[in-house]
Amino acid sequence: MSIEVCNLVRLAPGTQQRLLDDVSLTIPKGAFVALVGPSGAGKTTLLRAIAGLDNCNSGSVLLDERPMTSVKDRAGRMGFVFQNYALFPHMTVARNIAFGLDVLPRSERPARAYIAQRVEELLELMQLQGMGGKHPAKLSGGQRQRVALARALATGPRVLLLDEPFGALDPIVRRSIRAWLRDLHDRLGLTTILVTHDQEEALEVADRIVVMQSGRIVQDATPLELDEQPATNFVMEFLGEAVSFAGEVRHGRMVLDDALVLPFIVPDGVTDGPAVAMIRPYEIAIQKPTSEQDVLSIYAAPRGTRNGYRHYTLQIGERIIPFYRPVDEDDVQVQGVALDISRSRLFRQGLLCG
Amino acid sequence: MTRYIVWAVSWLFILLVLVTPPAMVLTEALKDGLAASVATLSDPDAQAAIWLTLKVTCVAVTLNTIFGILAAWVLVKFRFPGRQFLQVLVELPLSISPVVSGLVWLLLFGAQGWFGPLLEQWNIHIAFAVPGIILATLFVTLPYVVRTVMPVMEVQGRDAEEAAVLAGAGFWQILWHVTLPGVRGALLSGVLLTTARALGEFGAVSVVSGHIPGETETMPLHIENLYNGYQSVAAFTMAALLALMAMSAVLLRSAPDWIARLQEKKA
Repeated sequence: MSIEVCNLVRLAPGTQQRLLDDVSLTIPKGAFVALVGPSGAGKTTLLRAIAGLDNCNSGSVLLDERPMTSVKDRAGRMGFVFQNYALFPHMTVARNIAFGLDVLPRSERPARAYIAQRVEELLELMQLQGMGGKHPAKLSGGQRQRVALARALATGPRVLLLDEPFGALDPIVRRSIRAWLRDLHDRLGLTTILVTHDQEEALEVADRIVVMQSGRIVQDATPLELDEQPATNFVMEFLGEAVSFAGEVRHGRMVLDDALVLPFIVPDGVTDGPAVAMIRPYEIAIQKPTSEQDVLSIYAAPRGTRNGYRHYTLQIGERIIPFYRPVDEDDVQVQGVALDISRSRLFRQGLLCG
Repeated sequence: MTRYIVWAVSWLFILLVLVTPPAMVLTEALKDGLAASVATLSDPDAQAAIWLTLKVTCVAVTLNTIFGILAAWVLVKFRFPGRQFLQVLVELPLSISPVVSGLVWLLLFGAQGWFGPLLEQWNIHIAFAVPGIILATLFVTLPYVVRTVMPVMEVQGRDAEEAAVLAGAGFWQILWHVTLPGVRGALLSGVLLTTARALGEFGAVSVVSGHIPGETETMPLHIENLYNGYQSVAAFTMAALLALMAMSAVLLRSAPDWIARLQEKKA
């Protein structure tokens, strides 16, 4: 099912503070979208609005081009997994999963045998065979998570909404359940929206990432686009460690304020004027200096090895800059070099300009 | 050393203040032997009083349980204008003397009251009749279910209910399958407290009942009547019976704990 969010505005109850500030979003059928952003950005608020759990002051949510006015319209067609799972503690796992079917009006409710069979199917799908008779309190975090997913999927919804579903899991379980979730999404042909504050998680599972900040969508793009062309300096920083250098564009060249950083050619269309160059630590390169540079003022301190990169910190004057090199390269000799940051993105007043 | 002193003092105090009175009641009741004591209960007025008390308690507990659940639910799960005020209002019966609340009912429904003459025309009697007794008992026992259920609902939060809404459950289904099972311990506690309080209510009922033996006398009123008439065996027998009923209601509160402990031992 495709989801369309049109000009959604939600004010904090009793105030004029905008929790959602004119948010519009189109999610095609079968997409896996991650909503990311810092706490308070409005990710969960948007997800809850899509689910119909909170009323919005204006705007609308369309499911397959049909407007959803109340939570009743969505019942059974959207599965929602809460951050703390929200399982019914007094019911067994099987009853939890069957809940959405059990509460159907008698005329629509499937036969008991069918419900039992559906529960078995879901238990198997979630790799929870034989757990049907247990109570949620007896399960591990990862198992509860999967029961919550099974419950959300019991009525056969085409849309799955997940609110920080991995927040309470330990890192190893988290990683395995992520991959498994992506696989489930593909196998069942769902349209999934995942809220997370962990950008790595988002990059790993989602086809599209929607970055939110202060109740607005800052950028909605694929992980690759996001990395190559972050819309604002906030997006650049949010998606991973970034280093910024102030400077000025003059006649098609970016000249940095710091003399140890080499100037570079900017793309066509970037006008002259002050700008900020931002770059990831692994994109920084080092080059033999030109004559005018002070060869003595860069110091590199090793900071261990992670994910195939040797980490260093470079001290340039007063500043300390992270700098990564692949482990298979030689140890860095930074004495007498200058930094090449030509892979930077350029920002002007916080917006991408080149 | 201090610990033992505190322990001894607490026990002494409890024995003196809490255990002595019921013990004395029982001794007085059995003064002329068990047979004499039981015989007093066969008096028609005594039986009428027992029945009336049971009836009033049933009605008050049922109504206050239903209202209490809904009130607690509304107070906990929603933020609305006047919520604070409603919360204070619910506790009013705890702070107002029962006699005052009894007087209020008389003021409203008595022969000289605001609605009394009107209702009289329709041949509806509230003051000095059973409905008045029920109203007075309702008022006095209103806070207990609300107050015991509210904190547990507060802890319960909205998530499970929202999950149920999204699964397509309606209001009553959510209340019955999700909200209430989560608060059943507290609810039982509240219901039994309400029961104990309703059984023993004297002040408010005394004002509105009119003390008509065999008609509007509840057990506490009948006890007073017997005692004032120097029928001490009958009075204390009735008192012992009333105390036993109220105490068993309170003891039942810990039943879920025992059951849980038994289940744990088995597991």
